[in-house]
Amino acid sequence: MSAAAAPGKRYVARSKQMAARRLGDEVMIMAGSEATVYTLNDVAAAIWEEADGLTPLDEIVERRICRDFDVAPEAALQDALVLVEELAGHGVMEISDTPIAPRNYPAAPAEEPR
Amino acid sequence: MSATATLRGEAQFDVGIEIGGIGVRVRTDDPSFVCLLERRYAGFVGRPERAEVQFDVDLTAPTGIDPEEDVRVERAAGGMWSLERGDFRAEWNPKLGRGTIRQTANPYSIDAVLRIVHSLVLARQGGFLVHAASAVRNGRAFLFSGRSGAGKTTISRLAPPDATLLTDEISYVRKTDRSSATGAHAGYTAYGTPFTGELAKLGENVKAPIAALYLLAQGPENRIDPVSELEASRALLGNILFFAKDPELSDMVFQSACEFVSRIPVSRLTFRPDASVWEMVR
Repeated sequence: MSAAAAPGKRYVARSKQMAARRLGDEVMIMAGSEATVYTLNDVAAAIWEEADGLTPLDEIVERRICRDFDVAPEAALQDALVLVEELAGHGVMEISDTPIAPRNYPAAPAEEPR
Repeated sequence: MSATATLRGEAQFDVGIEIGGIGVRVRTDDPSFVCLLERRYAGFVGRPERAEVQFDVDLTAPTGIDPEEDVRVERAAGGMWSLERGDFRAEWNPKLGRGTIRQTANPYSIDAVLRIVHSLVLARQGGFLVHAASAVRNGRAFLFSGRSGAGKTTISRLAPPDATLLTDEISYVRKTDRSSATGAHAGYTAYGTPFTGELAKLGENVKAPIAALYLLAQGPENRIDPVSELEASRALLGNILFFAKDPELSDMVFQSACEFVSRIPVSRLTFRPDASVWEMVR
């Protein structure tokens, strides 16, 4: 499947080879290659879960962040860009100006009943 | 020790080392090395013919080796594992359950190989090796986890006579399936190990269901504090022994740690270094 890039859009995808688990409001992820553990707060977790490589970041922000956290779209998108660039710096996410082809992404983590 | 002869007429000697219910048969042409292993793993020596894993050890002459070198554990095409450190080189085929080790006649190299192989086997079964002391009291196992200096050796040394020490350094955790025979719930079992720390005392070769995991800290008073599932998972992951740079197995270990924390109570145990801490561990 391929998708056309929309001008000015940013696309985000969960990196391959990341183990993930939702624990309450947060998501814990680990890079398989280096065994480094990261914790995503509720906002970062929401973006991570929606980061399928095909949905533009502004749509993710509008659908998940603005709705769930009651923030203005412009401010939320700016914060989200900073966040995903930081996560990309750690190899946790990929960012692109064009849709990112689907691969074997890790499934968005489901919460385990305690 | 048992001995057999090969087609080339060379005598082969072997010993079975059974840890966590998993037997490893070690074969070599040097009977003195087998005797060395029988002494090193006293209490964990089993019947070699019943072992699931077999290693043929090729003993080499001492060279300028470096046991401090980082260990490298990689899986090649076909599933063969390659294990290397300055003082040994090993290969293991998990499908066949057989492998080879090339090392000098010392117990430390093969000890490292055993830890790695057990960690690989456990990863596929939902279990793990973890930096933790463990002991059995009243039929239940308690784990005390922490990095070097956290107090594993101290709490092991303070254990009362009615506690059976499983290890002062590396705990062996296996997932226990739900028993259809007894109806018991799924859980985790801790096994004694011969992997020692500063106490240099082998654990008892017994097992017990795990009742609790304590994250160790030393302080002016004894206290138990709750920790979040997230904090517990992070702490446990930080203490699990896993050597392989392998995404598939890393993911399994990650999920195993999270599942363990979801099933076993985990808390922080702050203790002062005297025997009174054991009043809180029952």
